[in-house]
Amino acid sequence: MATSAVEHAAPDAPAAHSKTGVWSWITTVDHKRIGIMYGVSAFVFFMFGGLEALLLRIQLGSADNTFLSPDVYNQLFTMHGTTMIFLGVMPLSAMFFNFMIPLQIGARDVVFPRLNSFSFWMFLVGAIVLNVSFLFNAAPNAGWFGYANLTETQYSPGLNTDFWVIGLMALGVASLAAAVNFFVTIINMRAPGMRLLRMPMFVWMSFITQVLLLLAFPIITVALIFLMADRYFGANFFQPDANGDPMLWQHLFWIFGHPEVYILILPPFGIVSEILPVFSRKPLFGYAAMVFSGAFIAVLGFGVWSHHMFATGMGPIADASFGLLTLLIAIPTGVKIFNWIGTIWGGSLQMKTPMYFALGFIAMFIIGGLSGIMHAAVPADLQQTDTYFVVAHFHYVLFGGSIFALLAGAYYWMPKMFGFMLNERIGKIQFWLMFIGFNITFFPMHFLGLHGMPRRVYTYPEGLGFEFWNLIETAGSMLLGFSFLVFIWNIWLSKRAGVAAPADPWDGATLEWSIPSPPQEFNFAEIPTVEARDPLWDQKRSQGRPLPEPPRVSGEGIHLPNPSVKPLITALGIGVFFTGFLLGSPWPIPASLTINLPVVLIGFALTAYGILSWAFEPA
Amino acid sequence: MRFRSIAIGRLLWWSPLLTLLVLVAAGCAENYPQTTLDPRGEFARMVDDVFMTTVRWAILVFVLVEGALVVAIIKFRGKPDDPEPKQIHGSSVLEVVWTVIPAVILVMVAIPTIKVIFETAKEPADAMVVEVIGHQWWWEFRYPEYGITTANEMYVPVDRTVDLRMVSDDVVHSFWVPQFAAKRDVFPNRETRMWFNTEVTGEFPGQCAEFCGIQHARMGFRVVSVEVAEFDSWVAGMSAATEPVSVEGDSVALAGQQLFLTKACIGCHSFNAAAPPPGQIGPNLANIGSRTMIAAGMLENTDENMARWISDPQGYKEGSLMVIAGEITEAELAALVAYLRAQQVVASPPVVADIQ
Repeated sequence: MATSAVEHAAPDAPAAHSKTGVWSWITTVDHKRIGIMYGVSAFVFFMFGGLEALLLRIQLGSADNTFLSPDVYNQLFTMHGTTMIFLGVMPLSAMFFNFMIPLQIGARDVVFPRLNSFSFWMFLVGAIVLNVSFLFNAAPNAGWFGYANLTETQYSPGLNTDFWVIGLMALGVASLAAAVNFFVTIINMRAPGMRLLRMPMFVWMSFITQVLLLLAFPIITVALIFLMADRYFGANFFQPDANGDPMLWQHLFWIFGHPEVYILILPPFGIVSEILPVFSRKPLFGYAAMVFSGAFIAVLGFGVWSHHMFATGMGPIADASFGLLTLLIAIPTGVKIFNWIGTIWGGSLQMKTPMYFALGFIAMFIIGGLSGIMHAAVPADLQQTDTYFVVAHFHYVLFGGSIFALLAGAYYWMPKMFGFMLNERIGKIQFWLMFIGFNITFFPMHFLGLHGMPRRVYTYPEGLGFEFWNLIETAGSMLLGFSFLVFIWNIWLSKRAGVAAPADPWDGATLEWSIPSPPQEFNFAEIPTVEARDPLWDQKRSQGRPLPEPPRVSGEGIHLPNPSVKPLITALGIGVFFTGFLLGSPWPIPASLTINLPVVLIGFALTAYGILSWAFEPA
Repeated sequence: MRFRSIAIGRLLWWSPLLTLLVLVAAGCAENYPQTTLDPRGEFARMVDDVFMTTVRWAILVFVLVEGALVVAIIKFRGKPDDPEPKQIHGSSVLEVVWTVIPAVILVMVAIPTIKVIFETAKEPADAMVVEVIGHQWWWEFRYPEYGITTANEMYVPVDRTVDLRMVSDDVVHSFWVPQFAAKRDVFPNRETRMWFNTEVTGEFPGQCAEFCGIQHARMGFRVVSVEVAEFDSWVAGMSAATEPVSVEGDSVALAGQQLFLTKACIGCHSFNAAAPPPGQIGPNLANIGSRTMIAAGMLENTDENMARWISDPQGYKEGSLMVIAGEITEAELAALVAYLRAQQVVASPPVVADIQ
């Protein structure tokens, strides 16, 4: 569906809405601003998660250490995992979904701008719920996967698990709303000529990710509702004493949890598939193979969930089936790695900071993928599961994989987003500090796991040989933490130096590089027509390199959606609703009422008001 | 020249890692008593064979693929004013090749994997059944053939298959003794099973491997593999242990016996290994004097540690159910420890982990 420069015969009230000030950010429905808000929040929470990790590493630096008490440790490791996954990697990806997808498909915004705003505020509500728990010394403490029946009230009597359940429910609402938005946007808002198989790889991988989100998050929502029913209303879904089954939780969680890890890695795959061609000055090798392997990974990702449960005694047929399917996923994954190498092979590699991170990603992801194959060999996994070997595996794919790729994306796209170039020298130093620190921290975890160190342990005794590698890892983690300070420093220094970013600093192939840096609110003065994959390279082939710097125009007559505070109100309403579950009943009777009904009802009313006023306000 | 030194630099970076990997894979069990890399039983050996198969393939793939990556980075380094490289879009032949070759490698991994899955799933013949009951945060072991209940210390005869029947008393735990077997989760609502045998004598550590609450980290145990004769005498002693070992004639230990009652230890613990009272919250203490470790395989069973554990259990294992009723003086502690030290069913513990 194409949009033209002049949308309506009668324009709205002209841009009387202020573009500056806190209120303009609170009511914004501009995908670019929402993307920035996601990015800033995600980075802050990522730093929290990193701090949590450093505290864990200090505690584990020596045997029988007493730096952290067991309860605090258990809260920290649970929050580290939960934060990094839900408040770190996912919203960092969301930053790029928001900012880049409309630009890359040649659109002015997403299809549901206010729903987009709602998703961000709902995310923030969830993030705050999870983290406010620390103020009550009741942060979630049963692990990021919260196995039943440890999470039943009987064994987790405090508020910890309640904060976890409520926080995740709120985050789930945010993710589902965003997934609907981007799915519909990608289907409907592509510029004329941008057929599906001409879309940039980042859009493709993000598109597949939205499908995964839509299918997987309802499942965790169901699991969380069951757990809430057990904890608040005396249900027995997971209560073994009443014929409930802890295994039910594991199945439900992992049917969500495995697709979740593909949600975490596919957008980074997309980012790397954008960066490698640009910095190799040749197209992505095997575009169709890359699209279909991504789709195949996503589909298969729904068939392997019980590989997290090999030690549960499901029986040899289940074990063999899930083992074989897990081995199978290695094939499309390998196809991607080979196509990436094929992309750089024969190219003219421009070794800028984004390229360093993209190449570092491939190197680290290969290691993570290989340890994944070891896990797929079921009998071998019976030694590896629940040990530091698996901690090594997932940090190689999630940090060496997702985070490295997201950082590559940051260095690549920040000039576009903020209008200034980042310092190359500091960027490369930052890369090496991170690369070295990362490997020192996580490679020895393979050894520790194989030598018998279980995971999620607040300490370990002397005499098992764990001290040496733990100390090395602790040292490595400090270097890794420091490298993030260097990243922040680079941003600050570069902003101060103020080297302006042109529209197209990297000789890019995709549409976002055809508009000014940072883009104007309406993105494109005229919606482009696309005639090939890599539309900008296509244009440069006929018009010559470099293309002239695009001018900033007035944007008069271009209709943009109005800002609105209703999404925030709705998110707050849902937040209040959920808070009612965290507060006990204000009345002594009935004893069976475990929630604060007045607060729940107020939240419900506020949400209803938010939605209704949203529905009836002009778009 | 510059590129060669970069290439050498990169290779120098990876080769120590590979060397380390190989060295570590050798897994000297003296240094790592809980290692998975030095199997001493058939189950662990089969598992290790599958693992080493994956390691060999992984090293090959790693060298080839990382190698290709590194070579590409060095060989195709460009300058901004280089001419545009050939704009290749792909190769169907390559796509097929690099789909088929990994598929073949995966089949090579899948075959031993499936084989061992089914072999390890087989019900063991002529095995001694040991029931494992997981508690927050200690292990109960029962021998139904002999009517024995004990805790945190599993005596087994060498070269005999042990058939573990496992259940939890509370949350999900996981039983893991790496040198003999892998791990198997322990559930509150159904029995899980695993078998193992030991090929050597000695004492081997194991640990819970599923997060089970505040003291998951301190939920260990020991498997004590002994010659058949020694095992039989342990069985005989434990079957006959219906009362605490008498400490007549030892005034200090007698005082300790009194304290065992007045300090309410008797409320959770029993010395009756043959017919313990039902509903005991704490580990059975028959043979406590001879066990190598206390506090669920975590503290060496010295007098000093015993005193420390009794006088301040929350200090060592915060959140555990172990408490002491009221204050206890140094002298009282000494008496209790003496009493417990006397509770030996077998003469003395086997020589600790001179793991051959």
